[in-house]
Amino acid sequence: MTGQHTPAGATASHATASDVTLRVNGKPYTLTVDHRRTLLDLLREDLDLPGAKKGCDHGQCGACTVLLGGRRVNSCLLLAVSLDGCDVTTVEGLSGDGEELHPLQRAFQERDAFQCGYCTPGQICSALGMLAEAAAGHPSHVTDPAAPADRPVRLDRPEIRERLSGNLCRCGAYPRIVEAVEDVIP
Amino acid sequence: MADTTTAPPSAPERREGPLKVTGSARYAAEHPSPGRLFARPVPATVARGRVTGVDVRAALETPGVVTVLTHENAPRLGEGDDPTLAVLQDDRVPHRGWFVALVVAETPEAARAGAAAVRVDCAEEPHDVILIPGHPSAYVPEEANAGHPGLRRHGDPDRALTSAAVAVDVRYRVPPLHNHPMEPHASSAHWDGERLTVHTSSQGTTVVRAVLAGLFGLPRERISVLAEHVGGGFGSKGTPRPDVVLATMASVVTRRPVTVVLPRRFLPQVVGHRAPTLHRVRLGAGRDGRLTGLVHEVATHTSRVKEFVEQAAVPSRVMYAAPNSLTVHRVVPLDVPTPSWMRAPGEAPGMYALESAMDELAGALGMDPVELRIVNEPRTEPDSGRPFSSRHLVDCLREGARRFGWDGRDPRPRSRAEGPLLIGTGVAAATYPVLVQPSTAVAHALPDGTFLVEINATDIGTGARTVLAGIAADALGVPPERVRAEVGRSDLPPASLAGGSSGTASWGWAVHEACVGLAGRLSGHAGPLPAEGLTARSDTRGKADAESPYARHAFGAVFAEVAVDTVTGEIRVRRLLGVYAAGRILNARTARSQFTGGLTMGLGMALTEGSTVDAAFGDFAERDLAAYHVPVHADVPDIEAHWIEEDDPHLNPMGSKGIGEIGIVGTPAALGNAVHHATGVRFRELPLTPDRVLRGLTEAGAH
Repeated sequence: MTGQHTPAGATASHATASDVTLRVNGKPYTLTVDHRRTLLDLLREDLDLPGAKKGCDHGQCGACTVLLGGRRVNSCLLLAVSLDGCDVTTVEGLSGDGEELHPLQRAFQERDAFQCGYCTPGQICSALGMLAEAAAGHPSHVTDPAAPADRPVRLDRPEIRERLSGNLCRCGAYPRIVEAVEDVIP
Repeated sequence: MADTTTAPPSAPERREGPLKVTGSARYAAEHPSPGRLFARPVPATVARGRVTGVDVRAALETPGVVTVLTHENAPRLGEGDDPTLAVLQDDRVPHRGWFVALVVAETPEAARAGAAAVRVDCAEEPHDVILIPGHPSAYVPEEANAGHPGLRRHGDPDRALTSAAVAVDVRYRVPPLHNHPMEPHASSAHWDGERLTVHTSSQGTTVVRAVLAGLFGLPRERISVLAEHVGGGFGSKGTPRPDVVLATMASVVTRRPVTVVLPRRFLPQVVGHRAPTLHRVRLGAGRDGRLTGLVHEVATHTSRVKEFVEQAAVPSRVMYAAPNSLTVHRVVPLDVPTPSWMRAPGEAPGMYALESAMDELAGALGMDPVELRIVNEPRTEPDSGRPFSSRHLVDCLREGARRFGWDGRDPRPRSRAEGPLLIGTGVAAATYPVLVQPSTAVAHALPDGTFLVEINATDIGTGARTVLAGIAADALGVPPERVRAEVGRSDLPPASLAGGSSGTASWGWAVHEACVGLAGRLSGHAGPLPAEGLTARSDTRGKADAESPYARHAFGAVFAEVAVDTVTGEIRVRRLLGVYAAGRILNARTARSQFTGGLTMGLGMALTEGSTVDAAFGDFAERDLAAYHVPVHADVPDIEAHWIEEDDPHLNPMGSKGIGEIGIVGTPAALGNAVHHATGVRFRELPLTPDRVLRGLTEAGAH
């Protein structure tokens, strides 16, 4: 489905707004966006995809984490106008078209890896991005410096914790989140 | 009898979980409606004074701005009990960050630009924002939070301390702390004719509805307040906060739907905080360790808007047998933001001080800190003389010691090193009172063989839906899958708020009663059910709030192991283990998360979380999540939470005690005591950040 959206009531002029086309969860959208609009607000307000959460709006909490071209980003720190042609996956897009949960979503549910749930979409998206980074051999602060580059990094608990530390959880579900991530490590 | 259980994964899973992991659970700001506006408050930038003029011309010329509300044009509110909600009603600025205008706009971006364009002129007045010991304005309040007397005295504590064989006289400081739930405070209000619907992030919408009815002069029947999913609260959403008043106000003026989301950096100034507490604890004991005197003096601040007194000396009235005691609060009204509830108000800072002092006393006596607590176990509640309905603190200490491997610990401080790391272990006790409020519920038996329970409980992440369905299923004698629990709407039967660890007891009691009544009706009913099913109602007024002849509290013991880096001053938690005695645990899966979450917040209170009132500007220096450090993944080890099943017939039909707050209690002291054991240095001011630790090690010559 292709949507033509103008943010309600925005005074769209070429000086302050531009057309952007991007794919979100596999669907193309063309929107006229206020140049100040972040990807997070585009998802939440223009596309009614509230899965990405606004916890701080300043890149400090990770609740807004989505995947941009497969890499995790804080969507509150990206201006939508700069993302023409980009491919975005949000928590709503993880389980595909079916009713089945993504294995990591299932693991979060089974492990009780959340309480209030507000950080959860960000934790899940961040963990998926993190798994891809580790598979691609990206080192973290706790990776053995002697480990060979470009080989997958083995994710033990210190690695998982270090790599997910940009995603805050005030309910303190961290131990369960780590277990849920371990459940889906290939 | 007292049997230890670890959390089995067999307890029912969180019912709203699939919605939360897929992003389809909608929170307060996530209910769009056509024509919705976004409003952004403008905070005052003086610490005290009066607004002399608000120039809104530039804001109104900002594209997308619809209107700007100030004290000059905002609707007048009715009388309310909470003066922190009297926003935009007069020119007074009682503290920095107080809202002085509200910009209402078509988009969040326009609201932000409009707010930046509002020019507020203030006549500044001298301000006083710093809590110091012996502040001349300090007074002993009649009551501290939760109705506790400001002062209690037994015997002659001064004399007991003077003549004690062993005594400690120590001072501790707990800084202001911020709740910072992950979902900022947010509310959306819209009108449907004469009917007001509000989505708000709140711990209890029955109260929100009553407050809005009073402030806006509306009959309650014309207001619906919904909080189906709430992104945490930890006390800061216990009662309505300014966001819901502002959203409603703006929707009254514009007659359009309005959403107010408070920016993260605004929260510390307007949603309440844990007030700083200065503690002086004096303990006197005989050589056998038995306390002869206990004095716990607390100084704290409140705002000039209203009195809130963190009841931090109260746990010292519960914990230990001391024939002579004084527990007193002194509060200083300052030009600061108004403090309020934060997870375990009173117990969290109070038990940090008391349990640290007990550790210091154990050191002075040369006694094991677990044994010191055991010899001071009281037979009745020390302050009231009432018998405990159940008290298994000793069992928690012994069970915790066994699981942690406490026996065989070398008690000498600084006895274990690994290169530059000093390793230590510590213990502290925990307590939290049993609170319960009257509530109402309705239970339906439906013709299809399922059941529906309705109650305006709020699930702020506690698992209320799941637990209440389980309580209903138990009372009805059916599998939980056949019971649906509807919560989180003020149109449901009125119920108490999710606070004071009272939710499950209060709501569960009403649900249990309704279901017992329904089961009775079903047993007397022959043949198929009528199309509308069968219904039973409950109201626990007069029962849930009846005075108990028993002192009712949950207890626990926390054990911690830390590694202190003598080069960087960094403290790493290696192990953290809590054992709790909190009545019957109703859902092991969600209960474990409650305990673990509390322990994690206690870890933050001990090591990372601290806020500072800025003497010049009058508000908090650490306002956002970059400056105020809540624990992150890398700070938190594999925390263990265990419990001892208690069979206590003096609580409620489920036999449960509250578990939402006790996890934070005792944890800071256990960690602080472990740091002392590791380093030989006693730190008495939280949080134990590397700068403090390094300075302490250097000053002690222990570097």
